[in-house]
Amino acid sequence: MTPLIERAWVRNALAPLLVGIFVLIVWQAFCVLRHIPPFLFPAPTDIAASLVENLPTLLWALLSTMKVTLLAFALAAIIGTLTAFLFVQSRVIEVSLFPYAIMLQVTPIVAVAPLIIILVKDTFWSLTLCATVIAIFPIISNTTIGLRSVDPGLLSYFKMNKASRWQVLWRLRIPSALPFFLAGLRISSGLALIGAVVAEFVAGTGGRSAGLAYEILQSSFQLDIPRMFAALVLITVTGVLLSACMALLSNLLLGWHDSAMEDGR
Amino acid sequence: MDLRLPLASPTAAPAGAVPVVELLSADKLFADGNRGVAPISLTIAPGEFVSLIGPSGCGKSTLLKLIAHLYEPSEGRILWWRGAFDKVGRAGRRLAFVFQEPTLMPWANVATNVRLPLDLAGVPRGEAVARVGTALAQVELGDRAGAMPRQLSGGMRMRVSIARALVTDPDLLLMDEPFGALDEFSRNRLDEDLLALSHERRLTTVFVTHSVYEAVFLSTRVIVMAAQPGRIFAEYTIDEPQPRGESFRLSDRFAVRCRELSGLLHAASVASRSVPA
Repeated sequence: MTPLIERAWVRNALAPLLVGIFVLIVWQAFCVLRHIPPFLFPAPTDIAASLVENLPTLLWALLSTMKVTLLAFALAAIIGTLTAFLFVQSRVIEVSLFPYAIMLQVTPIVAVAPLIIILVKDTFWSLTLCATVIAIFPIISNTTIGLRSVDPGLLSYFKMNKASRWQVLWRLRIPSALPFFLAGLRISSGLALIGAVVAEFVAGTGGRSAGLAYEILQSSFQLDIPRMFAALVLITVTGVLLSACMALLSNLLLGWHDSAMEDGR
Repeated sequence: MDLRLPLASPTAAPAGAVPVVELLSADKLFADGNRGVAPISLTIAPGEFVSLIGPSGCGKSTLLKLIAHLYEPSEGRILWWRGAFDKVGRAGRRLAFVFQEPTLMPWANVATNVRLPLDLAGVPRGEAVARVGTALAQVELGDRAGAMPRQLSGGMRMRVSIARALVTDPDLLLMDEPFGALDEFSRNRLDEDLLALSHERRLTTVFVTHSVYEAVFLSTRVIVMAAQPGRIFAEYTIDEPQPRGESFRLSDRFAVRCRELSGLLHAASVASRSVPA
């Protein structure tokens, strides 16, 4: 029988879990033994208590952040993919537009966000726009590379068989681009969350659009450090879940691809 | 030396049969000024198995791509069944090309890969599926229709690539060093199967290879090419009876043929060095 530690799922799931538990225990012990007050540095139990206590507010905030994140992610995926298709249609279009895509990418969103928030009246849409801007670049660049990374042998085979432009696109370019596109989606999903949180920080809006970043800001004004941590935990969990969803999607769609074979064979 | 002088090209064509391919002083100059091949005249008759062999840079792949219409000749003409290339499909005649690499779609299973040329041509699904089954059986992969390319060995992938060529029911099969990357055992087996198939289906085949043994085993005629400029150096007819098998490969006649062809190839590589470009 295989020793437990050598089984893949044990290594992949149990090992990081043990590390996490170990860190939490050390953290808790440190806070308890050194009598560190929760408003300076809360112990894990303080954070958990705050999370439970503030759960309704925090969940509403989470819902608000998630709405912005998911909408921005969807917009980035759609607009980014369309842009990539536009880029591969002609070199001229790509050469004329690509520098601006890079400008979007390199300009720090924190610097642009105030401008967007002033220009776009509706808070929800201004937050979504900020998050979209930050999430779109990996989709554009990855999908463009993907659509171009066609096996030249297969391309000549298609041409030899008098394949139409549409057939080449549908049967060759899109499947070839899929791994790149999905890698772009994975990066972009994380960036959409970052974009949403950063935009909320800059906007600093409460009320109906109050997201997790607003909760963190409020908690910091009130020196409610455990609640800050609780909001942070929710953001992290959301990010991890998003990333896991994307990984799952990749595995579902890329059974044929080398990247899905790490544990196979 | 006058490059435009057509070389004499004896052909094994029976009188009256329409030749499959005729090159009439066709040459290929690439855009960068490199000469792919000097003007070449060559006639390939139905049912021939012609191998192109020669030192590297002799333009054997270029010649094959000219025949496949992957390149247009810079000068001269190429005729397929006495007509232009765009008439090939209309007369119900088909070319199939097998590359050096299997060039399969990694995201599609074996059956879908083989079906590709039929899908591209708009053949109805039901008919296409039946033809794929036949083609896979011919290359002995009938039980691997659902497998993905990465699950197959190199030799099996090449068989899939051949099935993809056979499924179109081609009249002219063009192969560019298809088995070059395989181990000798797989290569010999594929050679035997290819020969049996092309004999049985009366295929006309043009086959680029580096291997003297492979050329002798497969061909009815070998075109020995020389480089600088790429040209036909000699032709070597192999009128051994079909079907050929392992017994032919082990025979004295096979050894003699290989020695003779090796001699020609050696002379061609010497000629490739001595003639200035």
